[in-house]
Amino acid sequence: MNKDKLLMLLEKDCKLSVEQLAALLGASAQEVAETVGELENNGTILGYGATVDWDKTERAFVTALIEVKVVPQRGEGFDRVASRIYQYPEVDSVYLMSGGFDLMVMLVGKTLKEVALFVAQKLAVLDAVSGTATHFVLKKYKDKGVLFVKEEKEDRRTPMV
Amino acid sequence: MSISDKLNRTAMGLKPSGIRRFFDLAYTMENVVSLGIGEPDFITPWHIRDGGIYSLEKGITAYTPNRGLPDLQKAVAAYLGRRFGLEYSADEVLITVGGSEAIDLAVRALVEPGDEVIVPEPSFVCYDPITRLAGGIPVALPTYAEDEFRLNPAVLEEKITPKTKILMLPYPNNPTGAIMGEEHLRPIADLCIKHDLIVISDEIYAELTYGPERHFSISAIPGMRERTIIVSGLSKSHAMTGWRIGYAVAPAEAVKLMTKIHQFAIMSAPTTSQYAALEALNSGDDDIAAMREEYDGRRKYMLEGFRKIGLPCFEPKGAFYMFPDIRGTGMGSEEFCEKLLRKEKVAVIPGDAFGAAGDGFVRCSYCYSLATIGSALAGIERFIGSL
Repeated sequence: MNKDKLLMLLEKDCKLSVEQLAALLGASAQEVAETVGELENNGTILGYGATVDWDKTERAFVTALIEVKVVPQRGEGFDRVASRIYQYPEVDSVYLMSGGFDLMVMLVGKTLKEVALFVAQKLAVLDAVSGTATHFVLKKYKDKGVLFVKEEKEDRRTPMV
Repeated sequence: MSISDKLNRTAMGLKPSGIRRFFDLAYTMENVVSLGIGEPDFITPWHIRDGGIYSLEKGITAYTPNRGLPDLQKAVAAYLGRRFGLEYSADEVLITVGGSEAIDLAVRALVEPGDEVIVPEPSFVCYDPITRLAGGIPVALPTYAEDEFRLNPAVLEEKITPKTKILMLPYPNNPTGAIMGEEHLRPIADLCIKHDLIVISDEIYAELTYGPERHFSISAIPGMRERTIIVSGLSKSHAMTGWRIGYAVAPAEAVKLMTKIHQFAIMSAPTTSQYAALEALNSGDDDIAAMREEYDGRRKYMLEGFRKIGLPCFEPKGAFYMFPDIRGTGMGSEEFCEKLLRKEKVAVIPGDAFGAAGDGFVRCSYCYSLATIGSALAGIERFIGSL
């Protein structure tokens, strides 16, 4: 069975049933179930989640993208400081980047102030951090391949002949 | 005076489309789960739409040459070479308003009153009426589930008379999903050469074949290029139905005559659409692969569904249709579809809408999401179980 294809199908829609996956992949349901189990166990599949448009809810929160400049540490490179950052539960994602800064940190907080305080008190004070720039997300248009803006969903196709 | 006394008798005498009739019934009901539409459910890929938009931004809104944008003719020729190994030059390409216009032009450029046109059935509904409107005589050639709905050379030869001029060759096939590979086309080509027939090869679904075998065009068989008109378009391959871009590809003299008719009737295909098509053919091969893979997944899912229900269905290797055999229910296609619609609110198309040879079968399109296909299959299963 094509594992990459299985993973791509699940990444797009993790609610596909084992039977549907089996038909799509031309494999038996048992084979699919076993492969999914194996991919979960070996840490290839790390979790299953819903893609939520929080703007449709009452939940108040802000998302920030923070550029972090780091002085790499001897023997540790960027990994040690990255680990100190990603342990915070309010940190959503951390990437090591090429270009003008080193770490890209995505952060979720209740208010602008909460995020600003986190940057000032937790991030900027780390020894290895030489500078930060915080950008707040104003509107999400598309995330992980999913559109968040209103789109024509109605089936307008009509019989022609 | 009533205008109906003046209306064209041939046009008046054309049978209305059976697909249409059935949809009119489905539209009177609410919450119908339909597998009826034979049109991609994908939106045209963005870079192709952008190609059209960009041409508008530059103010390119005039007619193009009658035969189409020279660059687009070249792109079609290059595309046919790259994808199907066919050798055509740009002056053998005419850009049309969809594959449908290409079929109409090919028939009008060839048929004289009384000429016979062999039309395999079941097949897309336009060949018969277009032939009649041109003064030709359509001759139905049945194909059978036992042959996986390929042309049977022996049955074909029985239909050939001294008046036969054209063989319509609609593969990959709507509504059956059948394909014909090289080994199956060779005996057909032999007959066409022996009886001096022209082939109008409708290859609109050429990109949608599943499995290792690519579509093979009959014009690639020695002796066939000079007697073949390929008609196709971008509607199915690039999800571009509404743009209305197709093409006819044939020896230059035939293209010249088709262009003459096209020039008087249409002038030129829509300019914006031609620019979008240019982008599609130059940079759209990956889009085709992605959509085909998606269709293939649905195809396997639907086929598995029919196997579980116990409806016999040969594995279709082309287009985006499945053509299960409902003869075991003791019902004809129309009765089956109407009862299924009324009882389970599932719409599929009666096979005889595509010619008498389709009776006993129904067409199910898989241009739908897995969820829709799943609920339609569940409805069909309940319906079969209740019989």
